[in-house]
Amino acid sequence: MPVFFTQRQIVAPGDLLAEGNYNLGNNVYSIDGKIYSSVLGLAEIREGRIITVIPLKGCYIPKVNDIVIGKVVDVGIASWLIDINSPYTGYLQVTDALSKPVDITKIQLRKFLDIGDIIVAKVIAFDLMRDPQLTIKESKLGKVERGSLVEISPVKVPRVIGKRGSMISMLERELDCEIIVGQNGRILVTGKNKARELFAVRLIKMIEKEAHVTGLTDKIKNIIIKAKKEGVI
Amino acid sequence: MKEKPILLNEEGLRVDGRKLDELRSIEIKVGVLKNADGSAYIVQGKNKIMVAVYGPRELHPRHLSLPDRAVLRCRYHMAPFSVPERKSPAPSRREVELSKVIRQALEPALFLEMFPRTSIDVFIEVLQADGGTRCASITAAAVALADAGIPMRDLVAAVAVGKIDGKIALDLNHLEDQYGEADIPVAMMPGLNQITLLQADGLITIEELKEVLELAKAGIMQIYKKQKEALKSKYIGSGEELG
Amino acid sequence: MAKSEEIIPIIKKKTIEALLGKNTRIDGRKLDEYREISVEFNVIEKAEGSAIVNIGNTMVIAGVKSVLGKPFPDTPDEGVLIVNTELIPLASPTFEPGPPGEDDIEIARVVDRGIRSAKVVDLKKLCIVPGKSVWALYIDIYALNHDGNLMDASGLAAYCALVCTKIPKHAVENENVKILEEKEELPIQHEAIPVTFAKIGEKIVVDPCYEEELIMDARLTISFNEEGKICAIQKGGRGMFTADEIMYCAELGRKISREISEKIKRMLENAQST
Repeated sequence: MPVFFTQRQIVAPGDLLAEGNYNLGNNVYSIDGKIYSSVLGLAEIREGRIITVIPLKGCYIPKVNDIVIGKVVDVGIASWLIDINSPYTGYLQVTDALSKPVDITKIQLRKFLDIGDIIVAKVIAFDLMRDPQLTIKESKLGKVERGSLVEISPVKVPRVIGKRGSMISMLERELDCEIIVGQNGRILVTGKNKARELFAVRLIKMIEKEAHVTGLTDKIKNIIIKAKKEGVI
Repeated sequence: MKEKPILLNEEGLRVDGRKLDELRSIEIKVGVLKNADGSAYIVQGKNKIMVAVYGPRELHPRHLSLPDRAVLRCRYHMAPFSVPERKSPAPSRREVELSKVIRQALEPALFLEMFPRTSIDVFIEVLQADGGTRCASITAAAVALADAGIPMRDLVAAVAVGKIDGKIALDLNHLEDQYGEADIPVAMMPGLNQITLLQADGLITIEELKEVLELAKAGIMQIYKKQKEALKSKYIGSGEELG
Repeated sequence: MAKSEEIIPIIKKKTIEALLGKNTRIDGRKLDEYREISVEFNVIEKAEGSAIVNIGNTMVIAGVKSVLGKPFPDTPDEGVLIVNTELIPLASPTFEPGPPGEDDIEIARVVDRGIRSAKVVDLKKLCIVPGKSVWALYIDIYALNHDGNLMDASGLAAYCALVCTKIPKHAVENENVKILEEKEELPIQHEAIPVTFAKIGEKIVVDPCYEEELIMDARLTISFNEEGKICAIQKGGRGMFTADEIMYCAELGRKISREISEKIKRMLENAQST
């Protein structure tokens, strides 16, 4: 069963990746037993049998249980419209936002969430036929009051998180901050030290740019250590 | 009345010195427009064409969207200064038809079912025209779509084949299109060996059509290679600089 | 005009595909069988030429008007040919009122290309005073009932209207053009006959009816002159063809265009003898 690429080789749409009984990962498709890439990206074979391509670019398509960071763009009668950096606009119903039942004829929704507010939310429903439904009722979700927001390409989110969270926990540890990563490419950094918070934002943008470089976690860690030594942060 | 120029000299060379089966020089730049989700700029002979792709994105008004797939929209437009006699900026009937055939040339390549109720918009602006603009536009648009990360079965590459002074020729320029006997634009998904655009103007026999399709395929394979090189070189170039 | 897309029920789509698998079509035709064509010539006396073409239930009318005009600057010794098509709301519940849309324009331009490339009309014979005065022929095509294959119906209607067109004779005195009462036939020297195919799955059918068009993946129109040479090609639809499929359509199309040409000649003879 032949494979026609080397690990992490750059491939383009229509490139023939493999022939035979392989499992299809992401961004690949097959016709008559031949597996092709559907995007521009890095081709990988995982566990010796899954052919997948890590895309260079892509938009965010919501999945149920995803954590996303959204921006309120409109207020309705019993819901808010949330921009979640996706072709699909999210909906947050009043019942998924407030723990106590409310009388929508008596209260003003804008007092709780107004246009421009940032929220950390979870996707509770989405099936391509209807717009994604969100909730902010669980713990760690809700309106964002402080911190720095950075936006990266959604396809780079796994790299920012790292294998088993290695990159993200390293950043949190070294820079004394809390980092909430939205699957939709929006990341919230909250630190006690504003300088370190902003440094984290810079590093996240660097990780996005160098996502394909090997040994990136160590490289970033060394940059932090150097900056601390020089008293920059 | 303008005199018909000699399109093929005694050595079988064309007005710009090319052989019958030779393409014009092609250069493709990827990601030149920062606001667009994907973009490409192509220079093919004297053609200079810019393409931007936006999407998948929400489609307004809602009733234009389709419940089970993305809507592909395409706008082919020629800038007023792109041709010797200034062209009015208002869309001409030709631009309307070309917008449609270009859209239908690209559509088979896209996995539109992955993004229901959205639109993918392709904007083509011909900045300078010298024959074969719809084909060069398709070539650049496919690159821009791939640059935008839109999943595709294959790239689409296109070239116009024609008949000049009785002989079948590859990649007609404007003069050859104007004074030649036939102009046949062809677009293909080369990896899948499928034709997604085919038009003809002029007079050819069925036997000549067969020859046209073979020559078109040969030219398209060369263009396909250039598209892939342009896309992959952008990736190699990025991220090399330190933060 | 804007066209709304009618959504065909899945059951119907599956029925059509299943029948094609058995090499029959939803209206009982064979895959390479064209519907019945009928043509009425000269239906509009106030037009210089006109024809109503019926392909099955598809009905299209074309009218030719001749107007004295200026030639285009790069062809001062040639007459002018302008083709316009409108898919008007009375022809189908899916046609909405409005200016010509991409479908109207596409049909007009493909019909125009076929007629022009085949040189159906000798445009040089329409020149009256070179550089100043020529005949401009306006061919206006209107869909009256849409049951599929408006492309062929439009192309045939335009061709048949031209074939029975009579333009006024003229006299020139000191570069002044005088239009006379007497009429003369248009100098028709070639034929342009379109044949349209639809690809549904892996099958190719000729002359698609309305429902076949709704589910087709791609469409291929090839126009032929009387020598069987190709004078126009237009691939349409969001699907694709292999080179072999295109050559198959070209061979079959040439054969069918000859049959259609014979039918039109017979119908024209019948019309002229009455």
